[in-house]
Amino acid sequence: MFVVIRDLLRHNGDFLAGIVLTGFVVAMALLSFVSPYHPLDQFVAPLDVPPSAGHWFGTTSRGQDLFWLLAYSIRNTLAFGILVAIISRVLSLSIGLLAGYRGGWTDRILMSINDTFIVIPLFPILVLFYFVMRDNMSWVLLAVLTAFLGWSYDARLIRSVALSLRNREFTQTAVFAGMNTREILAREHLPFVLPIVFSTTLNNMNWSIGLEVTLAVLGFTDINRPSVGGLIYWANQHSAVVAGIWWWIAFPVGLVVMLFIGLYLLAVSMNEYIDPRSRLDRMGGQGR
Amino acid sequence: MRVYARYFVNRFLQFLLVVFIGVNLAYLITHATPIDPIEHTVSVATAFGHTAPEAVAAMRESLRELYGLTGTPFEQYVNFWRRVLVADFGPSLSAFPTPVSTLIGRATPWTVGLLGVATVLTWCIGNLLGGLAGYYRRNRLLKAFGIFAMALHPMPYYIAAILLLIVFGFVWPIFPITGGSQMNLAQGWTVDFALSVARHSVLPLLSLVLVGLGGWFVGMRSLVSNIVTEDYVVYAELAGVSRRRILTSYIMRNAVAPQVTGLAISLGHVFSGALITERVFGYPGIGSLLVDGVNAGDYSLVLGVTTVSILGVSIAVFVIDLLYPLIDPRVTVS
Repeated sequence: MFVVIRDLLRHNGDFLAGIVLTGFVVAMALLSFVSPYHPLDQFVAPLDVPPSAGHWFGTTSRGQDLFWLLAYSIRNTLAFGILVAIISRVLSLSIGLLAGYRGGWTDRILMSINDTFIVIPLFPILVLFYFVMRDNMSWVLLAVLTAFLGWSYDARLIRSVALSLRNREFTQTAVFAGMNTREILAREHLPFVLPIVFSTTLNNMNWSIGLEVTLAVLGFTDINRPSVGGLIYWANQHSAVVAGIWWWIAFPVGLVVMLFIGLYLLAVSMNEYIDPRSRLDRMGGQGR
Repeated sequence: MRVYARYFVNRFLQFLLVVFIGVNLAYLITHATPIDPIEHTVSVATAFGHTAPEAVAAMRESLRELYGLTGTPFEQYVNFWRRVLVADFGPSLSAFPTPVSTLIGRATPWTVGLLGVATVLTWCIGNLLGGLAGYYRRNRLLKAFGIFAMALHPMPYYIAAILLLIVFGFVWPIFPITGGSQMNLAQGWTVDFALSVARHSVLPLLSLVLVGLGGWFVGMRSLVSNIVTEDYVVYAELAGVSRRRILTSYIMRNAVAPQVTGLAISLGHVFSGALITERVFGYPGIGSLLVDGVNAGDYSLVLGVTTVSILGVSIAVFVIDLLYPLIDPRVTVS
């Protein structure tokens, strides 16, 4: 494991850049634990101060220090992404592995449902959800719903791998040894799909964080819980761009773009590492 | 022909399943939540001034009837389906008494026009350049383009859109920043109107294309670079088939099939882009309608837009599915 990471760091520029970017964002999120301000406190700092030594990222029109507020926001946003990733991983792993292993009608039915969730436009559904929940909206609820809408892509990928595992000898050995379906899936097949689960998890986090930011920018989440999208929402409410308070928009946008690119580069370089063909190619095979 | 009929039936069943699950989700979300939309509407309507209790009760009753919330849960469920199938979502509350279906009908051409053009354009450019980049690996220009597209790819729509807006709307104002066409221009089939629509669509279109391009580009490039090493391509090269011909009819033709499936899938996802793009650029489409509906507390409008977009996307995917055998004849064989 550590050897792999060391080699990736040494030879893969994408991976290094991804680690640095994501690491910076995570460090920022961790800083929120030592914040001198409470995230919901307002009017504790002078209003609209540009970035300076006292307030690194400046302050907002609501009297908050942007640096520390952003630290809280990115922590909440990351927590959302991780929660969605965990729930949707459980769903996509169990459905993908089961469909691939069982085959036949189980596969057909599960994949029909899967394809349905791939095409259903989920954004209007999330907006509808916000519309009926209104003030009872919480980020955990939103994360659960997002996860239930976002497992299908990866389930299909996992199924395609599981499909090929099904006819391998060790599966038959396991069946003869008297293992039941759950045991075979968890102990025999799961290790084979874990590498692709790693890289799809990062993509899934990117996807769900993008959704959350978008919803929050429109004000369609719990707007009192600090999040990166929520910050942009409040900046828009105070017409920050027109008023010349550019830092209120620029820093959240910059940080979230860093997170997106970081996670994306990590996913790409992991994918490349997992896929033997492209690994060979990079190690100096003949390209054209 | 019989094989195609079987394929058709299969795809049609899948289409029905998508509609069924989508509409049920909408029903579940609106009916299984602790919040009563009627009470919400009543509280909004009675927030200002004094309203007699009898008037409130009468209003509550008529709203229940209007929204189909009377009767047993089963009756409500059947009623919900009936309304979806005849596309009757009752009058809009924020634009009373215009029916929701009229509002949606008015907004649909804008969204379908913008998104249709953006999706097709993105798909074509991305696949073409991706295919070229996969085949001519050493080309500097294509490599540079790849890096450019990859850097834009993970950016959320919102941020790309707002950056474009700031650059081309404020810093260097050459494009209009809001609306679907010029305000005081009569809408009709005139050259002026068409030009105005085109000018207003440049920025939203550009934002959609720029962000969407990377995905297709990367996908096509890796598909092509896998096919390039196949035996039949090597054979064709050794046999002296021209490189152009190899690229178009040997490689691209095979690589494009999975990308068409991707096109069908992206139609569903592109709706979220429409929402933000329309919001940022003030485009008068379905997305703006949805956001306005939410902000105005317009229950029937929000529900209407949601169900219509589920129906619209599943129909679009179904149509692409039906055309798919033209591109990849193998699907009707297996």
